[in-house]
Amino acid sequence: MLKELEQRIEQLQSKLEQSQPKTEVEKLEYKQLYRDLQELKTAYHPHTAADKVYLARHPMRPNINDYIDALFTDFFECKGDRLCKDDRSIVGGIAMFHGMPVTVIGHKKGRTLQENLVCNFGMPEPEGYRKALRLMKQAEKFGRPIITLIDTPGAYPGKEAEEHGQAEAIARNLAEMSTLTVPIVSIVTGEGSSGGALALGVADAVLMLEHSIYAVLSPEGFASILWKDSSRWDDAAQQMKLTAQDLMQLGLIDGIIPEPFGGAHNHPDALFETVDVSLYSHLKKLCKMRPSTLTASRYQKFRNMGNLLQEESL
Amino acid sequence: MSSPFQQRRQFFNTLKEQRQKPTRLPKPSDPVAFAACANCGFEIPAQKLADCLQVCPNCGHHHPLTAPSRLGMLFDQGSARLISSKKRFISDPLKFEGYAEKLAMLQHKTNLNDAVISAVGKVNGYKAVISVMDSRFMMGSMGCAVGEAITQAIEYAHKNRLPLIIFCASGGARMQEGAVSLMQMAKTSAAIKKFSDAGGLYITVLTHPTTGGVSASFAMLGDITLAEPKALIGFAGPRVIQQTIGETLPDGFQRAEYLQEHGFVDEVVPRDQLKHKLTQLLTLHTIKGGLEKC
Repeated sequence: MLKELEQRIEQLQSKLEQSQPKTEVEKLEYKQLYRDLQELKTAYHPHTAADKVYLARHPMRPNINDYIDALFTDFFECKGDRLCKDDRSIVGGIAMFHGMPVTVIGHKKGRTLQENLVCNFGMPEPEGYRKALRLMKQAEKFGRPIITLIDTPGAYPGKEAEEHGQAEAIARNLAEMSTLTVPIVSIVTGEGSSGGALALGVADAVLMLEHSIYAVLSPEGFASILWKDSSRWDDAAQQMKLTAQDLMQLGLIDGIIPEPFGGAHNHPDALFETVDVSLYSHLKKLCKMRPSTLTASRYQKFRNMGNLLQEESL
Repeated sequence: MSSPFQQRRQFFNTLKEQRQKPTRLPKPSDPVAFAACANCGFEIPAQKLADCLQVCPNCGHHHPLTAPSRLGMLFDQGSARLISSKKRFISDPLKFEGYAEKLAMLQHKTNLNDAVISAVGKVNGYKAVISVMDSRFMMGSMGCAVGEAITQAIEYAHKNRLPLIIFCASGGARMQEGAVSLMQMAKTSAAIKKFSDAGGLYITVLTHPTTGGVSASFAMLGDITLAEPKALIGFAGPRVIQQTIGETLPDGFQRAEYLQEHGFVDEVVPRDQLKHKLTQLLTLHTIKGGLEKC
């Protein structure tokens, strides 16, 4: 399990930092410890779906603010849904990407508890989705491409969220996104769970980071509904086919962006570089398409999902 | 050997015959002698309950209605024709353990392909496409078969410029099909948007229960949204919400009347008035023209 490995790496690292070898024996010991650490670090690689779930949710994984700082310039944040409030679990605004104005929208997960209390652990309420839709409509008006970054455990299951129409807000986003006349690129950067993720994900190009996940609900929820035992989540993760590689195979996404060794949080700068390249090439291709072809091919893409599978089994 | 012309004639004759065959909707299962109301326990002959459209005459509780009997209740006699595909198929994209067998068993038991059937016919003389979800089939959950059937119904209505009515009853996206079922939300919503942009009338009727991925896609996108009394409608289930926020939920939370109060349902309509209400709506949307001279 990656989690245990990570703890051991941390222990070794702090031990190495504290030790000041003086005698020959101590120096030898130090070398051995250093070798062990290197070995552990090379072993730090996700092998199972459960490992990927762990990495996708890693607290140090880059969040939307990191991406905005690294990939864009002149970011101007737009707030509020113009109906009643500003949901901090979705961040959105206008920014410059390689000299072109774009609209960036994404779920916000915090690093600390304080941050997470403000952004509600990345679980939007209907107001968040309505803000996103407002920004997307604005992007369409000014002909700006839209980039969405998906990283959420799902839409917030709260009392007010339901009263304010969580389902309606998500449904509206799905419907409206399907006909926007500007290019949309979505990147699943961490975990994409349920309709809460899809509500930002009806895009011309849906990309996933190598160790991100995208599923109909969380593996814990899956295990507790199906087997009445949420502790079997690793088992569920295996069966749900939620990794980027699985989704690519099912034909549900358009590309995978490789991550640096050991996951995005190990070398964020290397990650941002690959994301930048990938985003640039996709946008370049999409910006050349006529709006009518763009919407038609987006519609057709989602129209065919789950359809091929039926023909196969006929 | 018959000539190619005769063969051709024969082919058209068979087509003609098929077209003239009377509507064959699946028959509801045989009634059991007595049934008890799930709400008040009132005992009533099953046949009588069926005559009351599965509404308890004592307390007015709406029991679930199977999709075939729902279609039977709405369409004028003999006017309906199924448009959903008659071919049975098992789609199991994740090769999920035991799922294919469960589907086959349910198909046999319910005589349905999956959790939805669609038909075209007349409602008090107004032609319309109606899709009905059946909660007997894995809680009416939406996998690719349901997503595809709903989309086909939408496209049929679009192509033939007919009003579309969808009766929703679903626990949400079908977990056993993973992300494929998630994408059905995008697929159906996009189809509704396209239909709506082309000027199509779309009425949704939310019946018990309409939750999860279905409520967060086509169920909430109607031009007119009706609901049956006391139907549970929402995105997250009440149990999950209670666990998350750690407080008890108010009475009637997420029920049809509650949603009407919060502005997401146009009208809560008892089952016996549904056909009348739908006819009224179809009339209001069909007749075009200016003011009459007085």
